[in-house]
Amino acid sequence: MLTKRIIPCLDVKDNRVVKGVNFLNLRDAGDPVELGARYSDTGADELVFLDITATIRSRKTIVELVEKVAEKVFIPFTVGGGIQTVEQIDELLRSGAEKVSVNTAAVQKSDLLAEAAQRFGNQCVVLAIDARRSKASPGRWQVCVKAGSEPTDIDVVQWAVEAEKMGAGEILLTSMDADGTRAGYDNELNKAVTDAVNIPVIASGGAGTLEHLYDAITIGGADAVLMASITHFGNYTIKQMKEYLRDRGIPVNL
Amino acid sequence: MIAVIDYNVGNVRSVCNAFRHIGCDVKLTCEPEIIETAAGVVLPGVAAFGYAVSALGTLAELIKKLALAGRPLLGICVGYQMLFDQSLEYGEHKGLSLVSGNVVPIPAGRVIPHMGWNLVKLPEDMDLFAGLEKEKHFYFAHSFYAYVTDDNAKVAYTDYGFELPASVQKGNVYGTQFHPEKSGPAGLKILQNFALIAERANS
Repeated sequence: MLTKRIIPCLDVKDNRVVKGVNFLNLRDAGDPVELGARYSDTGADELVFLDITATIRSRKTIVELVEKVAEKVFIPFTVGGGIQTVEQIDELLRSGAEKVSVNTAAVQKSDLLAEAAQRFGNQCVVLAIDARRSKASPGRWQVCVKAGSEPTDIDVVQWAVEAEKMGAGEILLTSMDADGTRAGYDNELNKAVTDAVNIPVIASGGAGTLEHLYDAITIGGADAVLMASITHFGNYTIKQMKEYLRDRGIPVNL
Repeated sequence: MIAVIDYNVGNVRSVCNAFRHIGCDVKLTCEPEIIETAAGVVLPGVAAFGYAVSALGTLAELIKKLALAGRPLLGICVGYQMLFDQSLEYGEHKGLSLVSGNVVPIPAGRVIPHMGWNLVKLPEDMDLFAGLEKEKHFYFAHSFYAYVTDDNAKVAYTDYGFELPASVQKGNVYGTQFHPEKSGPAGLKILQNFALIAERANS
């Protein structure tokens, strides 16, 4: 049986892993290559590296980082942050990434997902969505772009459905409201999206306890759970997470 | 020396990194002269099938010729799918026809792509799995799978609501739908086993 995945997320800024709350107040969490290798050695199923500066200068840095990580990490990893073109996706995949996530560019360029899927296969095209609860219409979420700084009128669930059709092979769904709060994932959001699409969904934002992981899978319907704060700062090991889930009947690779 | 075919698709570097990590002499190459001298050939691939086949171009004939002459060949993911007769991913595309079977969509009614770590039952008589336990988790990421019809091929399966072929072996031709280079220690063991197979075939 396919197991549920535990995915530590490494937000990278100026070659360091950082973590904030609600996308703000960043705190240093270590060297990305070292931290990635440590997670790989201690049982993580996958890693996500997000270049949160995503400037032209950081572009070269992130390719170099991917090359270094790929020499030490023998589990799959996804790279994202500021990716605009199929050529950039190609470069990152060739540097050793297994998957590439796109966010703002997928919203702005309607053919990016389709082009990438036709060339690389949809299994390596991850659509990252930064979702914020809509104040105007309760029970709905709006897509935010440019690292969450720019809200759009696009409905998250509709966007997820459309992106699946265009060629996204997976959705990395981050609740901006829950991100970094450790108060639990937004499982209404997770459930709304997992009910609407047939591709895997990674729940992201808000993990604080082991029960939160369980809830994202059982209530939210997530195929994988992503976390940063609770593992970077030593609250729980990957093994503890997996043992907890296994004991509650969730299939994991332990 | 193991030759990893460099044909302008993703993932090639990871396969080389993994072989280097386990101390193997490995070359990433698209030079026919170098490929001809390799003890074993690895055909990796993260790409859509059609793109991969056209990117491989004339190297396809060389790889097929070497495999038919007994050179150990390992196909990974799309490289594995290319061992078969044809694929239906974004149109109809011909494969290498080294193993009989077709690459078809994973049937609807489950999450697709099949993505993540799944448990593969490892038959004792498949050489790639020597020294591993009876079943192990490996990393999969694919939307199409090879429906194997070759009576002469040994097949290892995983369960994804149906028996999904995860690996084949037909004589000196090996393939894994999953990514051994991204499957932690068990995956590295498979690459090690392939390197040993290649070494033995060459001595």
